[in-house]
Amino acid sequence: MAGETLAQLSNNLLYSSMAVYAGAMYCYAAEMAFAPRRQQTRAVPVAERSMATVARTPTAYDAAPRTAVDGGRAPAPPTGTHGTARADRVGRVGVALTVLAFALHLGAVVARGLSAGRAPWGNMFEFSTAGALAVTTVFLVLLARRDPRYPVRYLGLFVVGPVLLTLGLAVTVLYTDSEQLVPALKSVWLVIHVTAAIIASGILTLGFAQTICYLVQDRLERRGDGPAFMARFPSAAALDRAAYRMHAFAFPIWTFAVIAGAIWAENAWGRYWGWDPKETWAFITWVVYACYLHARATAGWRGRKAAYIALLGYGTFLFNYLVVNIFLVGLHSYAGVG
Amino acid sequence: MTDAATERLTSAPQAESEPPGPPSAMRPAELVRWAWRQLTSMRTALALLFLLAMASVPGSLVPQSGIDPVRVAQFKAAHPGLAPWYERLSLFSVFSAPWFAAIYLLLFVSLAGCVLPRSKAHWRAMRAAPPRPPRNLERLPVHVGWRAGRDPASVLDEAARELRSRHYRVVRHEDAVSAEKGYLRETGNLLFHTALIGLLVAVAVGNLYGYKGSVLVVEKAGFSNTLAAYDSFSHGAGFDEDKLAPFTVELDRLRVRYQATGDQRGAPRDFRATLSYQSAPTAATRRYALRVNHPLVLDGTKVFLIGNGYAPIFTVRDSTGEQVFSGPVPFLPQDGNNTSVGVVKVEGATPEQLGFQGFFLPTGTIDARGPISTYPDLLLPTAVLTAFRGDLGTGSGVPQSIYKLDTRAMTQFTGPTGKPLAGALRPGQEMVLPDRQGSIRFDGVRRYATLQVAHDPGKSPALLAAACALLGLMLSLFVKRRRVWVRATAAGGGRSLVEVAALARVEGEDRDGLHDEVTGVVSSLGHEGAGPTTSTIGEED
Ligand code: HEM
Repeated sequence: MAGETLAQLSNNLLYSSMAVYAGAMYCYAAEMAFAPRRQQTRAVPVAERSMATVARTPTAYDAAPRTAVDGGRAPAPPTGTHGTARADRVGRVGVALTVLAFALHLGAVVARGLSAGRAPWGNMFEFSTAGALAVTTVFLVLLARRDPRYPVRYLGLFVVGPVLLTLGLAVTVLYTDSEQLVPALKSVWLVIHVTAAIIASGILTLGFAQTICYLVQDRLERRGDGPAFMARFPSAAALDRAAYRMHAFAFPIWTFAVIAGAIWAENAWGRYWGWDPKETWAFITWVVYACYLHARATAGWRGRKAAYIALLGYGTFLFNYLVVNIFLVGLHSYAGVG
Repeated sequence: MTDAATERLTSAPQAESEPPGPPSAMRPAELVRWAWRQLTSMRTALALLFLLAMASVPGSLVPQSGIDPVRVAQFKAAHPGLAPWYERLSLFSVFSAPWFAAIYLLLFVSLAGCVLPRSKAHWRAMRAAPPRPPRNLERLPVHVGWRAGRDPASVLDEAARELRSRHYRVVRHEDAVSAEKGYLRETGNLLFHTALIGLLVAVAVGNLYGYKGSVLVVEKAGFSNTLAAYDSFSHGAGFDEDKLAPFTVELDRLRVRYQATGDQRGAPRDFRATLSYQSAPTAATRRYALRVNHPLVLDGTKVFLIGNGYAPIFTVRDSTGEQVFSGPVPFLPQDGNNTSVGVVKVEGATPEQLGFQGFFLPTGTIDARGPISTYPDLLLPTAVLTAFRGDLGTGSGVPQSIYKLDTRAMTQFTGPTGKPLAGALRPGQEMVLPDRQGSIRFDGVRRYATLQVAHDPGKSPALLAAACALLGLMLSLFVKRRRVWVRATAAGGGRSLVEVAALARVEGEDRDGLHDEVTGVVSSLGHEGAGPTTSTIGEED
């Protein structure tokens, strides 16, 4: 049957993409290992401030161009004293492999959808595969945009690692044959709801990775020392801003996903909100990320404390995806596991 | 930054540094004002949001009686010591618990107390002119200065034109230009928070005036939308029985399809109930193919297909040979393969009442576990029954389950060996009771559908509120609120000293955008040399 051939093709593509992702991960790890020792401590805001003060004397007006000190605009490209050609080369190979793995991964998801004749996110295996694809997609899109506001080049290992982990979990524990859906899942609103949730989770995953990097970098900057590869990362302040942008971008998408889910639930069961465990945890995730956004506007909560709330938010998201889907009883039992 | 012009570009409540403790000797009015300030502070909002998230957690871990009463009962039986404590703490009904309500009501009071003053401030800000430039423009997060070869007035005119084309609201002063844009950010934020209040109100209205009932309908039977027709029914305090939409529904046929092969064999694939309905007693009869996710809408009331099962048809004769019962009897599915249990109660039998209990198996086998179905559809329909005689207890006035036999006043029929009499019947087969007490024949099977009827007048307002919240949220996150100042002073010889500086709402977050904006303005003024200085002032507290 054509459906079965396609499903088999999808599986083969998925395994191939995992092999290529593994190669990319190896390259990113090597890139970090080849990084030279940290040369100098970063300019801290105090230094920038005195810089700004210098500009006050009118004579300075005609002085040479003055731009940001901490690389907050563009992450100072790791050249010259900051990096070696070897690290750069192997890093670029990593990016190339990621693009290849992405193509195979995308093929796997498309073939799966064609084999079942529906959107390929109807059970947990498919949700995980598509979610991992969303993570890579967001990463590559940001990489291609080269927008200094969304620095992600340094994130390779933190993107490919979780992607590979998710795919590994998908093909071993979560695998289900390509089939049609149970009637409750046949709804456009479900497709919209899950698509939005997958996109939001891809972005949140990158925001999570950036938040971790921020916390590490912040600690190192305070100490003024650290492992060599961290010198290739943007400054803590830039990481913090980037993580905020990621979360601020994902939050409305998550909000929309929750609303679309409520519309679907109303169509399927006659109530738009029933505090089913899955719904409850989607709500908890939403509230925790709202806390994060609030914290960033509350004195005494910016910086590290807000970052911890973002980590907690990601924790609640993971809990919903792993624990609630598999272990808690509810109406959304579409995991298809076991 | 102390300059009035450079205060945060938000009308969020200030006084965010260390909150002062309550003044030691306070008059009641002061105490109230102090408490109100605390409640509506950003810190309190943060704490209450946290509490809300935490309070929801037990609702997902402990079975909830509003969602799954059967699991609540199981939990209570399994944890007799713990259950009363859970009961006392409302842990079986977290989302209607008083402490849960306390959290969200406080949150919404805080929200209202926050939104009102901010709306007022925003209203004023929207009608006010952008403030005059601060004295020291160099102290702003983004700043650039240079000597221009033109006189100040022409530089400022050019700057005002440029900023207007960038959609700024612009004020031209003697020696400077003030500009501001992005008022929609705060508008969006207020819309978002107000919409959350609207959402809460809509949910409350739905709970108050809505109702929900479920009814089991066998093929070729129907029901009318009256309280008496429902198997279970719940409604809010403001519900009025007379306002029930006067429709009737009949189930002509229920078709089902299951996965036949693969690792998901037996999984449901399609349910389709063909209904004939009348929206009012005098209305024309129409047909509708009811499916999961495709409810029938009648006058704002919706009919959903939420379950299905089998109703085997039995004919019972008593000791006189008289037919005392004939018809379909709904059995309750117990597992994914529709192994179903049920009973037949025959009150009119003589000399004693008869009762039968057992299983209906759409695809029957009997293995070590007992009678069990191996596939959910009707491949080998089998009814496995045991029989009782005596008093059914239905006359006692105590309501009984139609799925359970009260055998306390009954004796079980036994076979020749003294073991309980049991029969596994295929359609058309009959089980004869000993001592000429009668017989039961399994005639065939009909399907039944479980329909849910729901009316929620808060639904559309809730959707509207949610949509407003989403719109407001996007405005509040993506619109950039910015102020730009341009100052030009004469530097002699028709030249001028020009400074451009900018400020964003939260400086750190919009820093790169701000930098680009200033670069754009500066180059439109004909300056290509030094780029703006970006500092992180204002980023730390
Ligand atoms: C129902 C609970 C609430 C939720 C879900 C919620 C959610 C949010 C979200 C998602 C934002 C981010 C928008 C942005 O960054 O501009 C925000 C901002 C804000 N919220 Fe709330 N909020 C709630 C209650 C409150 C309360 C009670 C207050 C009053 C103290 C409040 C005051 C604010 C303020 C002032 C901002 C803007 C912060 C800024 O200027 O950056 N919120 N809220």
